[in-house]
Amino acid sequence: MTDQDITFTIDGVAITAKPGQTIMEAADDAGVYIPRLCDHEGLRHQGGCRVCTVKANGRSVAACTQPAAPGQTVENETPHINKLRRDLVEMLFHEGNHLCPICEASGNCELQAMAYRLEMGEPTKFPYLEPSRALDASHHDIALDTNRCISCGRCIRASKDVDGKGVFGYVGRGIHRRVAVNGEDLAHTDADASDHAMSDEVCPVGCIIRKRVGFATPIGEREFDKGLIGYEIEGKRRG
Amino acid sequence: MGEPRLIEISPVTRVEGHGKVTIHLDRDNQVDEARLHIVEFRGFERFIRGRLLWEVPVIVQRLCGICPVSHHLAAAKAMDVIWGVDELPPTAEKMRRLMHYGQVMQSHVLHFFHLAAPDLLFGFGAPAEKRNIFEVIKENPELGRRAVMMRKFGQEIIEATAGKKIHGTGAIPGGINRNLPIETRDAFLKTIDDMENWARDALALARGYSLEHAELVNNFASFPSNFMSLVRAGDGALDLYHGNLRALDSQGDVIFDQLDYRDYHEKIVEDVRSWSYMKFPYIRDIGPEAGWYRVGPLARMNTASFIDTPLADAALKDFKSVTNGAPNNAALNNHWARMIEVLHCVEKIKELLHDPDLQGTDLEATGHRREEGIGVIEAPRGNLIHHYQVDEKDQVTYCNLIVSTTHNNDAMNRAVKDVAVKHLSGHEQITEGMLNHVEVAIRAYDPCLSCATHALGQMPLSVELFDADGALIDSRAQAA
Repeated sequence: MTDQDITFTIDGVAITAKPGQTIMEAADDAGVYIPRLCDHEGLRHQGGCRVCTVKANGRSVAACTQPAAPGQTVENETPHINKLRRDLVEMLFHEGNHLCPICEASGNCELQAMAYRLEMGEPTKFPYLEPSRALDASHHDIALDTNRCISCGRCIRASKDVDGKGVFGYVGRGIHRRVAVNGEDLAHTDADASDHAMSDEVCPVGCIIRKRVGFATPIGEREFDKGLIGYEIEGKRRG
Repeated sequence: MGEPRLIEISPVTRVEGHGKVTIHLDRDNQVDEARLHIVEFRGFERFIRGRLLWEVPVIVQRLCGICPVSHHLAAAKAMDVIWGVDELPPTAEKMRRLMHYGQVMQSHVLHFFHLAAPDLLFGFGAPAEKRNIFEVIKENPELGRRAVMMRKFGQEIIEATAGKKIHGTGAIPGGINRNLPIETRDAFLKTIDDMENWARDALALARGYSLEHAELVNNFASFPSNFMSLVRAGDGALDLYHGNLRALDSQGDVIFDQLDYRDYHEKIVEDVRSWSYMKFPYIRDIGPEAGWYRVGPLARMNTASFIDTPLADAALKDFKSVTNGAPNNAALNNHWARMIEVLHCVEKIKELLHDPDLQGTDLEATGHRREEGIGVIEAPRGNLIHHYQVDEKDQVTYCNLIVSTTHNNDAMNRAVKDVAVKHLSGHEQITEGMLNHVEVAIRAYDPCLSCATHALGQMPLSVELFDADGALIDSRAQAA
């Protein structure tokens, strides 16, 4: 700890933040997990999905973009906040076609894992929008099933900021906004299987599919078979 | 003379899926027409188009919750061909076989004990409230316990090979995604001898029923037919996982034999009728009138030259001796045949558990991609054909499925008619017990109506009674 470090609390736990760190960054370092979907290590923060909503001194903020402030009191795992998060996740399920039983991302999918963490039951609260989007299998190594896209924008940021390409971008406005490729289809972009945007870790769901991998990883050995989403961050605290 | 009537049995119970029976009685209460209708529709063949080929074995198994492994493996076999793989690594093939034997075992046990046993133990006309598994357990707790434990064993074999008891992901194009750890193998070995003993007892029970009720069995929905199944390439042994097609006529003479299943469409034609979502396949060379055939355990006992496990082979010889080697036509003998297959599966599982290849690490093969693949397997209910075409983008462009219950469609309709004529004709009052006779005939085929229409639903059966003008005049529905 240095003189510049900031101290605040999350759910009563004392947290030390370096100057300029967001609430989420400081929490991650301290082993306190704040749920998130659009945020991903190594990509710039977006504050889009709002699943990381916390209450800082009683005000709702996105933990991924809100700087940590001295003496701040942050509420994270409260029934009220988790209900808001659960509603947000439920709406994401209703916006797309998320058929976990037949999706090759099942077990590795952050949306599914978040639903388990937030104890989402059968989603019945909102109407299903049931989009009908053709699968783009034009690229030799990658397929896109945008029925599963949650518009987190991680692929957009990874392609632009890390790969320097701009394969993906948002199109449309409001409820019609969605991720699209910068070309007739993926084969007509400069997408490559070695792009960071195409890596397993960037797409949180089963939208960006690396071809010919499928179900090669058995049930029981998938990422979230090891623990609830956030287990690695929480593991730091438990030591 | 009364009015003509239509009886409807809807839903048909203790089978998988949703169907109904309609029976037309004329003014003299004689059965004029009787049909099994499949009233659900799912359209898997259509909506699988456009999906990626490696997803297919996982998606299509959702056709069914009872023997999804059959669809999983048949689709995987078809995708092996598309993947360019003609021969799997031994570990992959043996893990898949283990999965398949586990599922045939559990499915047959489920059918015999949970679905059919109430009819066999208490009588076809017993009160409806008596005809269920709970009464079986009450009457014979040890039998009930074994039924549960045998099914559990089969399900756990599936879990060990596919990752889940229902709808796993084990088989992938070109191989399997896991092997069998030593500790899992050892856990199965602890109970395999119990399974073998119980399978022998279950076989004795089914055999005893058939022999002690020979007159009923030989006259209940029993008629000559053609039979078809896979048999092992070369020697014609029973092989549930892989082989060539063999079809015999009602005399046991060969219609075709050792036919490469990739040529199935040259021999099998799928007919459609306006009143059912289920197709009516027939053997092309014989034609639509007489070319219908049966598949399933009874058919396999008729087509197999022998069984390559000693206990089941002895049971097969005993089974064949009843008809002096001629094809056995009695639908109710499906139960006996089923229990021979359970014993065979247990013997095969035991053999595989002692095979070190199951701990191998060479799980997948690859080859030169092809555009078309056909996978055929002997599912618990009979022959199952999966046929796909895939484009250069890895997307499915064509899918055709012929499932066991579809193969048996004509036979089940004939069974319904046979039983309706014998047990309903001439009666003014149609009782629930009489109608159960119709259901028993359908149940003998252990149909999976959801699979047959590739459709979604529960399986309650209904019977409808029509007058001579085709108007519905009565119906009986049974609770699911």
